[in-house]
Amino acid sequence: MSQLEIKDLHVSIGEKPIVKGLTLTIHSGEVHAIMGPNGTGKSTLSKAIAGHPDYTITSGDVLLDGASILGQEADERARAGIFLAFQYPSEIPGVSIANFLRAAQQARMAEGEELDASAYYKRLYSKMDLLKIDRKFTSRSVNDGFSGGEKKRCEILQMAMLEPKFALMDETDSGLDIDALRIVADGVNTMRGPNLGVLLITHYQRLLDHIVPDHVHVMYDGRIVKSGDKSLALELEAKGYDWIKKELAASAA
Amino acid sequence: MSSLSDFTTLSPPVHDEATTVDHPAVGIDQTAGNFSYKVDYAFDAGTGLSEDTIRYISSVKKEAPWILEFRLAALKKFLAMPMPTHWATKDLENIDFQKIRYYLSQGQKPKRTWDEVPDDIKKTFERLGIPEQERKFLAGVEAQFDSEAAYSNIKDVVAKQGVIFVNSTEGLREHTALFKKFFGKVIPTGDNKFSALNSAVFSGGSFIYVPKGVKVAQPLQAYFRINAENFGQFERTLIIADEGAEVTYMEGCTAPKFSTSTLHSAVVELVALKGAKIQYITVQNWANNVFNLVTKRGVAHEDAEIKWIDCNIGSRLTMKYPGVVLKGERARGEVISIALANDGQHQDTGAKMIHAANNTTSNIVAKSISVGQGRSTYRGVVHIPKHLKGCKNNTECDALLINTNSRTDTYPAITVRGDKNSTQHEASVSKVSEDMIFYMQQRGLTEAQAMSLAVNGFINDLARQFPMEYSVELKRLIDLEMEGSVG
Repeated sequence: MSQLEIKDLHVSIGEKPIVKGLTLTIHSGEVHAIMGPNGTGKSTLSKAIAGHPDYTITSGDVLLDGASILGQEADERARAGIFLAFQYPSEIPGVSIANFLRAAQQARMAEGEELDASAYYKRLYSKMDLLKIDRKFTSRSVNDGFSGGEKKRCEILQMAMLEPKFALMDETDSGLDIDALRIVADGVNTMRGPNLGVLLITHYQRLLDHIVPDHVHVMYDGRIVKSGDKSLALELEAKGYDWIKKELAASAA
Repeated sequence: MSSLSDFTTLSPPVHDEATTVDHPAVGIDQTAGNFSYKVDYAFDAGTGLSEDTIRYISSVKKEAPWILEFRLAALKKFLAMPMPTHWATKDLENIDFQKIRYYLSQGQKPKRTWDEVPDDIKKTFERLGIPEQERKFLAGVEAQFDSEAAYSNIKDVVAKQGVIFVNSTEGLREHTALFKKFFGKVIPTGDNKFSALNSAVFSGGSFIYVPKGVKVAQPLQAYFRINAENFGQFERTLIIADEGAEVTYMEGCTAPKFSTSTLHSAVVELVALKGAKIQYITVQNWANNVFNLVTKRGVAHEDAEIKWIDCNIGSRLTMKYPGVVLKGERARGEVISIALANDGQHQDTGAKMIHAANNTTSNIVAKSISVGQGRSTYRGVVHIPKHLKGCKNNTECDALLINTNSRTDTYPAITVRGDKNSTQHEASVSKVSEDMIFYMQQRGLTEAQAMSLAVNGFINDLARQFPMEYSVELKRLIDLEMEGSVG
C-alpha cells in the first residue's frame, strides 16, 4: 500500500506562478480525476511531480510513501514508481518500443545485473495480449510517425510493463476519437487494482464515462477548488466551468 | 559468421564452446584503452624528422634501395607541400613535426605465437582482448604496437588457400613483385601532405593478398595500438583481392591519453580486381589528443565492389574521406560512416566517389553526432564525368546535435555531368531535444543512458549492417562517450 502526498505545492515556469498551493493525497487502488479549464495548471502539476527541469517548485512538497521526492532527478522518481503518461509523447527515431522498454527495465536493475531477455519478451508479449496489441507493434520506433491513438497505446503499454505505483495521466484523452479513447480506458481499467494509484488529468467528462473515478477534483487558477465523487464530474458537465467560476466569485465576495 | 562446423575446426580448444557460439565474441575492448606500459624500445629513431630519420628507419628494416629512394622522394614532397589550411582547420598548424618520434619498436619480426610476444606488449593486448578475439571468430590477426607488428598470425585453413596476411615490412620483403605492382598506385605519394608524410616514414600496417576466387569466410583483423608519448604511427596497408575473391578486413585503434599530442597518419590502399569484393571496417577510439589524418582509397575494377565502414570516435582532429575509384564497368562503391564529436573534438570526415566507367554505382551514408562543443564536418566528392552513362550515386548525410553548442557543417561536392547519369542527395539535421531526454528519463533511464539511446537510435540503420561484434562494441563506446558528457 503506497501513498502519494502533494502538500501545498507551488510551481512556477520561469517567473510565472502556475500551481498556487495544491494539496492532494492519493492511495494505491484509488483513481482520482482532476478536471479544469485550459490553462489552469493541470499539466504543470503532473510534469512538476515527474521532475521536468523547466518547472520550478517554489514551495510545498511531494512525498512518496512519506519521503520527499523533490531532491530526485526525473529518472530516480520514475524508478521509484512515478509514471507520467504524456499528453504529447516524444518520438525516438531508430529505437524500437521493445528495445526502449528493455532499456527502461534494465535501468531498474542493480549494477552488473543483466536482464533476462527471454523472460522479458515473455512478459512483454503477455502484456500486449492483455491489452490486445498486435505483436508487430513493438518493433516500430517509439512514437515515430504514430497516429494519436498509436501514441496513447504506446504509453499504456509502457505503463503496463513498468508497473508504477502511481500513474499521472496528462490529458490522455485529448485529440482521441472514440475508438482510441476506448483503448486508453480499457488499458487503465485492466491495470486498475490495489497496487496502482491513478491521477487522471482531463478537460472533458467523456473519459470518465469509461474510467469511473473514485474521487473528482476541480482545479481552477492553480488550486483545487472543489472535490467530490464521480457525480461532481457529471454536474460539471451539465453546468460547465462557469458554474465553478461563479461559485468562487460568490464565496470571495 | 560461418557455420558451426567451420567454427569448431578453425578454433583451438576453448573452455566454453557452447557459450561462445550462443553469444558471439564482443569486439575488442577499446573502452579499456586509456593505459600504457613502460616499454624498453630496442629501436628508436629519436625525435624529429630529417633524411637521417628516414635512413634510420630504412636501415633498421633492411629495406631494398628502391624503398629508401621512394621514402626520400616522399620526404621532399612532404616538405614542399603546404598545410591544407586553406580549406581545412587551422588546428593542423599545432602539429609540431619536430617534436614527434617517428619510429619505435622492439624488433622488426612479429611473433607467430602468442607465447613469444614480449610480456609488456602481451599485457597490453591481453587487456584489450586480442587473443580471445582471434580464437573466437577471426581468420587472422595482426597486432601493431607503435611502429611494428608485435604479433601476426593467420589460421592454417586460410593460409592453405593461398591467402597472404603479413605486415607491410614483411610484405615488401617476401612478396616484392606483387607489393610493388600496386603500392602507391591507388594513393600516390603526393596525393596530399599526409600521404606524403606516410610514404616517407611508413612502418607496419597490413599486406593482404587473396587469390583468384578465394572467399575468406571469416574477417581478418588488425589492431593498432599507440603506447608511447609524442609518437607518430604511420602504418601502410595494401589489400589486393584478385578476380572473384572476397575478404573482410577490420581494424581497431586505441591510444592512451597523454598530455601531449600524438599523430596517426595511415595510408590504406585497396585493389578489387574483376568481380572481387572488399569490405573494410574501422572502429577507432583514439584518445582526444590524437591527430588522426588518414588517407584511404580503393580501386574497383569491372563488377567489383568496395565497401568502407568507418566509425570515428575520439581523437582531437580526424580528417578522413575514404574513397572508391570506380574504374571498371558495373563497379560498386560504398561508404558508410559514423562520426561522433565530443567536447574538444573535431570530426572532419566524408567520402569520395570517382566514377570512371559506365554503369557504376556509388552509395554514401554519413551520420555525424556532435555533443557539447564537439564539431562535425562532412566533406564529400562525387564525380561523374560527361562521357559516362548509366552511373548512379546516392548520398545521404544526417547530423544529430546534442545541445546547442555543437556545430555541424556539410560540404557536399557533387559533380554530375551529362544527362545519362543520376544522383540523389539528402541531408538532415536533427536535435536531441530536452523534451526527448525528459521523456526517456521519465521511463527510468539516466540522462546519459537517454542520450546514448537517442544516439544509438540515430545510427541504428547503419549499425545493423556491421558484424555483430562491432555493433556491440560501437554501442559500448557510445555509452561511454555519453556517460562522460553528462556533468
